[in-house]
Amino acid sequence: MPTRSHGGLGARLRRGVEPAVLLGPGLLFYAVLVGVPVGLVTGYMFARRGRFGGVEWELSLDNFSRVTDSVYLEVFRESLGLALVATVISLAIGYPTAYAIAKLPPRWRTVALVLVVVPFWTNFLIRVYAWIVLLNSQGVLNDVLVGLGVVDERFTLLYTPGAVVVGLVYSYLPLMILPLYAAIEKIDDELLEASTDLGAGRVRTFLGVQLPLTLPGVVTGSILVFVPSLGNFVVPELLGGGKTVMVGNLIRDQFLKAQDWPFGSVLAMMVVVLLVLLFLGQAWVTRRVEGGARA
Amino acid sequence: MPSRTAGRAAGRAAGRRTGLGWLWLPLGLCALFLYLPILVLVAMSFNGGGSAYRWDGFSFRWYAELARDSDLIEAVVTSLGIATGATAIATVLGTLLAVGLARHTRSKMLEAAAMAPAILPDLVLAIGLLAFFYMAGIPKSALTILLAHAAFGTAFVVAVVRARLAGSDAALEEASRDLGAGGFSTFVLVTLPSIAPAVVAGALLVFTLSLDEFVIAYFTAGPTTETLPITVYAMVRTGVTPEINALATVLVLISVTVVVVAARAVRRTEKS
Amino acid sequence: MNTSIRRPRRAAAAAVLGTALTLVLAGCGGDDTTSAEPSALDPDADLTEQTIVVSNWEAYMPDDIAEVVKERTGATVEVTSHATNEDMVAKVTGSGGEGLDVVFGSQPYLEALAKAGMLEPLDTDFLDNWGNLDPAAVDTAEVDGAAYWAPYTWGTTGICYRSDLVDAAPTSWYDLLEPSEANKGKVTMMGTERWAMLPALKALGYSVNTTDEGELNEAKDLMVAAKPDLLAYDDTTFYERLISGEATMVQAWDGWCNYGIAEDDRIEFVVPEEGSDLWSDGIAVLKSSENKEAAYAFIDTILDAKTHAWVEENILYNIPNEAALAEVPAELTETYDLLGSRREEMLSGENMTDVGDDAAAIYNQIITEVTAS
Repeated sequence: MPTRSHGGLGARLRRGVEPAVLLGPGLLFYAVLVGVPVGLVTGYMFARRGRFGGVEWELSLDNFSRVTDSVYLEVFRESLGLALVATVISLAIGYPTAYAIAKLPPRWRTVALVLVVVPFWTNFLIRVYAWIVLLNSQGVLNDVLVGLGVVDERFTLLYTPGAVVVGLVYSYLPLMILPLYAAIEKIDDELLEASTDLGAGRVRTFLGVQLPLTLPGVVTGSILVFVPSLGNFVVPELLGGGKTVMVGNLIRDQFLKAQDWPFGSVLAMMVVVLLVLLFLGQAWVTRRVEGGARA
Repeated sequence: MPSRTAGRAAGRAAGRRTGLGWLWLPLGLCALFLYLPILVLVAMSFNGGGSAYRWDGFSFRWYAELARDSDLIEAVVTSLGIATGATAIATVLGTLLAVGLARHTRSKMLEAAAMAPAILPDLVLAIGLLAFFYMAGIPKSALTILLAHAAFGTAFVVAVVRARLAGSDAALEEASRDLGAGGFSTFVLVTLPSIAPAVVAGALLVFTLSLDEFVIAYFTAGPTTETLPITVYAMVRTGVTPEINALATVLVLISVTVVVVAARAVRRTEKS
Repeated sequence: MNTSIRRPRRAAAAAVLGTALTLVLAGCGGDDTTSAEPSALDPDADLTEQTIVVSNWEAYMPDDIAEVVKERTGATVEVTSHATNEDMVAKVTGSGGEGLDVVFGSQPYLEALAKAGMLEPLDTDFLDNWGNLDPAAVDTAEVDGAAYWAPYTWGTTGICYRSDLVDAAPTSWYDLLEPSEANKGKVTMMGTERWAMLPALKALGYSVNTTDEGELNEAKDLMVAAKPDLLAYDDTTFYERLISGEATMVQAWDGWCNYGIAEDDRIEFVVPEEGSDLWSDGIAVLKSSENKEAAYAFIDTILDAKTHAWVEENILYNIPNEAALAEVPAELTETYDLLGSRREEMLSGENMTDVGDDAAAIYNQIITEVTAS
């Protein structure tokens, strides 16, 4: 056995202790406050409902068969639909906006980005509430439209799936614009010029060069809008007038109203599974685009 | 340009100068979409009547109501307390984690785990924590919200600090060690100063996220805990008065100030 | 569409998963034992040392109630609020009652909590003013022969409407469920809890406490058909919608309609001809409370004739306190006929009671199906 110097031993010890000191507290904290809770929700899926919250630990698979019920599948379908529409609209508004911001002179870019972010840093509930004030049949928009003679009678835009979509877009639009801006800003303008110089039209340059290069931004932005939209329960409640139910409402209600935690857990984990699939998709797209860029 | 109005002239000139052309249109529409609701709220906060959306004369009365609303003020104090505590925990744990990840491991799994709470839907984390506190017999209170916010806040600190560390190499730290400095002094004297801006940015991010966080707080609040978002939710759900508009105006003002100040600070550090 | 109530039966589909699950899930929980015996109270307890936390609906008692209790008994009262009965139940059960001493709730929800052993049976000898209460209301507060809460208010559910915005005054639940062309999109109904099903059940001539699946399904179909004509489901702000003119007719509790009437005298209330409920709200002490003497003092203060009358003046709900009714000023009962001449009409409603856990789950399921339709 070769002898070791003191320094060597110290260094080796340090190398073992240091990661533990750095990583240990955080990971332990996570284990307790994220790992155990998510584990519990996973376990709850197989348990029976307790009368007043909590669960009875009896093995039960009823929760899984219940979720295949047409009512719940319909809620899932509708939620996916609304979240998707909100995402597509955000993209339709966000892409040209992000593109325009990227083309602004540098000092105006910062101003524009700050302007995009400011509403986002304003209380989320107040942002949703603002639309109640705006869209109400007795509200400002109606006053203006009736005043201008655009419409004859007051009408309500509130409490419809459309109002829910507007609320979702408004809530999460900055999350679409920022990654899009980052992706668009990175593109070398010379690349686009080269494309047009080679005779490609503006549309072809956009579809053939710009869009593929900004695809990671599109995907990231879409996920950032889609995921919180899907799990949202505040917007459907406040702007949907209780007539539109999304998965988020269903999950919230199982935990805080119907007191059926196991069923709520199954619904929540379905959202998680969907999310994992989305992230795998995102990773795949990013790898392809980056691979393509390197090639 | 005598024949044109000044506004149009400016618009065209700007368009030509920047080559933006038709792109002014989406920019303008987007700004309108983002700011119209807020402007209407601000305007309606000066409504003298009792309705949140029908104009009935100018008045500051709702700001006076706001200043007198002791429940709301208490909620703001609670929220600030939670945000401060959560920020402290998240900043320390997140910074340590980020440095540990950057310098001591290449595990993609660990990296993903460190980001998990930021990626997990808030509702899932919320019900998980509700279940956990319930099973563990921990009474829900402001403290449980604080812990919950610290958990997802840590992930955001990791993200910000990790990005900064990726841009710096470990040579300085190695030099420090070679010169005989211990792990602790290297961390404090070399690593920390180099990542300080990111640590501060991460802390600010957690603080603002915690102040605005509703879903997790709603599920982990004790029977008498009221944070600002929980109070606003109750106000909106149980009847709307122009008081909420006044509150909104104040919050928008604060958020504009903070963002503008932060943006200026960033620009100044970039210049120097 | 299949109209039967869907309940989980297809376990086979998921059985495959079960074989993979080798976890042995040990039994735990269910530690509460029901005892109908009130806790021993200390008549000499120093109330100035005790603080109780009371959860009530927002604005459902006068703002300065805590000061009144402090002055009369020395006990400190902290007030917190819940928006709905379900919120209250979630608050109580989510933390095992920790942090709360006294809750306000409606009879079906308090009954369920009492049956689950979470409420303290009241030792009425300890409440000097218990005798003020209407015996009919005391009956509604009894579970298995013991009183579990002090009746606070009672009332009925009907249609609150803007007489200037409707062509003809509503007379039937069908006026809400199948509104005339002019009122389409301008009516609201309650969307949660037991009251969500009340209009449909009563319109069909069924009990508000029915547990018959066939009847419940019929009601569900009627509710699904009614949904497109609704402005919104609303359990908390309906009278404000009448004031603003957003809605012309809303399903409302009589007391909350009074809030509307207080602001706009064109607002009126009607109990539909098919009949309605007699609901009762009470004040209960949680079994877990460690300040029961103060909780009793709080309740006894409210039951005092003068305080309870003052409560009626402030919140405009009918109170089941015979001694207090003598103290209510005449102009109040004249302004609000729901508190005066129409009191008897309210009392003729069908008492809304707990339907039990299984039926409550069906009610919940139907409401989910209707809102998801």
